Amino acid sequence: MKMSGAQILCECLVREGVEVIFGFPGGAVLPLYDSFPQFPQLRHILVRHEQGAAHAADGYARATGKVGVCLATSGPGATNLVTGIANAHLDSAPIVALTGQVARPFIGKDAFQEIDITGITGPITKHNYLVLKAEELAAIVQEAFYIARSGRPGPVLIDIPRDVFIDEAAFNYPEKVSLRGYKLTPHGHPVQIRKAAKLINECKRPLIIAGRGVILSRAFQQLRELAEKAQIPLTTTLLGIGCFPESHILSLGMLGMHGTAYANMAVDASDLVIAIGMRFDDRATGKVSAFAPQAKIIHIDIDPAEIGKNVRVDVPIVGDVRNVLQVLNEQITPQTHVDWVRQIDDWRRKHPSNVIRDHDGLLPQYVVSKIYEVTQGDAIIVTGVGQNQMWSARYFGYDKPNRLISSGGLGTMGFELPAAIGAKVGRPELTVWCIAGDGGFQMTIQELATAVQDNIAVKIAIINNGYLGMVRQWQELFYGRRYVATPLSSPDFVKIAEAYGLPGIRVTDKLQVVAAIEEAMAHEGPFLIDFQVEPEENVYPMVAPGAALGQLIEEPRADIEAKVGPRETSNL
Amino acid sequence: MAPTKHTLVALVEDKPGVLNRIASLFRRRGFNIESITVGSTEEARVSRMTIVVDGATTAVEQVRKQLEKVIEVIKVADITHDQMVARELVLVKVKATAQTRSEIIQIVDIFRGNIVDVSSDSVLIEITGDEDKIGSLLDLLKGFGVKEIARTGRLAMVRG
Repeated sequence: MKMSGAQILCECLVREGVEVIFGFPGGAVLPLYDSFPQFPQLRHILVRHEQGAAHAADGYARATGKVGVCLATSGPGATNLVTGIANAHLDSAPIVALTGQVARPFIGKDAFQEIDITGITGPITKHNYLVLKAEELAAIVQEAFYIARSGRPGPVLIDIPRDVFIDEAAFNYPEKVSLRGYKLTPHGHPVQIRKAAKLINECKRPLIIAGRGVILSRAFQQLRELAEKAQIPLTTTLLGIGCFPESHILSLGMLGMHGTAYANMAVDASDLVIAIGMRFDDRATGKVSAFAPQAKIIHIDIDPAEIGKNVRVDVPIVGDVRNVLQVLNEQITPQTHVDWVRQIDDWRRKHPSNVIRDHDGLLPQYVVSKIYEVTQGDAIIVTGVGQNQMWSARYFGYDKPNRLISSGGLGTMGFELPAAIGAKVGRPELTVWCIAGDGGFQMTIQELATAVQDNIAVKIAIINNGYLGMVRQWQELFYGRRYVATPLSSPDFVKIAEAYGLPGIRVTDKLQVVAAIEEAMAHEGPFLIDFQVEPEENVYPMVAPGAALGQLIEEPRADIEAKVGPRETSNL
Repeated sequence: MAPTKHTLVALVEDKPGVLNRIASLFRRRGFNIESITVGSTEEARVSRMTIVVDGATTAVEQVRKQLEKVIEVIKVADITHDQMVARELVLVKVKATAQTRSEIIQIVDIFRGNIVDVSSDSVLIEITGDEDKIGSLLDLLKGFGVKEIARTGRLAMVRG
């Protein structure tokens, strides 16, 4: 039986287990939209801007571990997806982006709403396709989903001309994907694993740096076994947060530019760094030439191209993190590393990075910590980019994986609201808090209408300090407090909420914080809180851009110094 | 001393956009490519690329690994340290007068090149060989006045 290209696509999506599509219609995809009523299993959520569709698919993918799907028409619809696709690419989020294209006879003629989206997205997708025949569609869709979710996940784009949706073809769904040039290396090389085990068994000051690869390969048990068996302190990257419980005695929290002091000091002093499912981003390493200067480095990653890209590696292991750790753990002899753990505890005591100072005004850290208390940590936190992101990363104790969803690699302001919508759609049973800055929130504010129309119960906390806060902080610290283009006026967010049709309240006093969070949680639908916080609060500690991790700028804190004595300069 | 010029051979699926993907990858990652040659192979729908990379300015292993990540790339090998045959085809148009023509022909003969076209004021020379041989010939021809050069870039194959 012949089917139209549009029906073939829908049938493939159903077979791939797709439940929801975030999209926005237009001329080139009208034939596809017209077939949606025949496939009631596919829920379509109408966004207000295609960037929101890509971020929502990304948030959905990270919250569920499944492939997220977004859909846009040709031309501007497709180009509006670009930021969201790039974001998914840099954070290895599996999404499939579907775009309409002008009909085949018009391709290359600069037709209305024609753009070369496969050309544009080449550098920001794991792979992309232009479908030229309805007969090829089924195999391409199957390949696209396979590529998106396997190996190191990432976005795949399929560009489909309008007349391919209309053309009829037999539904020909291959039994399995066969891609000659796509090789996966799921198992680490046994010789390398043996070398790694030897280093781990002989080292004195080991440190695990765990990244998002641990979450993607669901290696939580194996990671924990390694850390506990050999008593190895563990720090995570921003995107690795939650892969190891932060309440665990061996957890040092996040490392890097705004990581905890003790995590960065541990990197600096370690004699063996075991990097697992992470890619040595400059925000995590600081000055690369001064990164872990005393350490040998073991690097476990599924992507061979990440090995040796940014830092020198002594023992590279290419493979799926879970498989590698399973084999590695068998070769580890139990250790204690008493002196090393004691040394780190001493740093922890003298440099308590996550202690919030007593303050009468409303501190952003305080807001995040109260969201933690009220939700008892059982919530998905979706952040914007900048100060709000760093406070969200640092002051919410993440004990479970996939509970922090944040734009790490691309650093996309405006990610927060649409990604939170996607996360909530994917995990409706969980509380989802969108923690936004007043700047980033205004970049995708229109998605409030999406949340209201589909009653997607995201809880929104705007950390409103009247500045583009992280840029202001850099101007304060490195540009002589010249606040150029960072003071920010915002609309009345409570009225905005009201206008969009969701409840909103304003909080200006720390005594109102808990009640406001509780009110938001008690409400069934989306809810917005405008927290008007201290305008010039900084994120500490900080490693200046280009500086080594050991060169920390710490919060000037009389109360801590009174307790532990003056802190030695942390330039180790 | 390790050679700084590396020869990579890539087998790729012959699909639309592959060359664009690879060219875009080189540009985006800042890889310095000296030459790239593409042609068909013994197998239908598979193309062979010979890529010469300057190892002094570009991390060759990164080039190889990043190429491997392109879905249509089937296999990449760095054959620099293998026993290989490397050849390049060059067409050169050289100014020639009645007085210089026979001297040019003599030189070309020594290098086992061919004169493929003669006009009143120039000759067109075809030469195949490795870069050293071609470089020497071009040096000699410079004196007569080179009007135009077209080079294929390196083709290479492992011996045996």
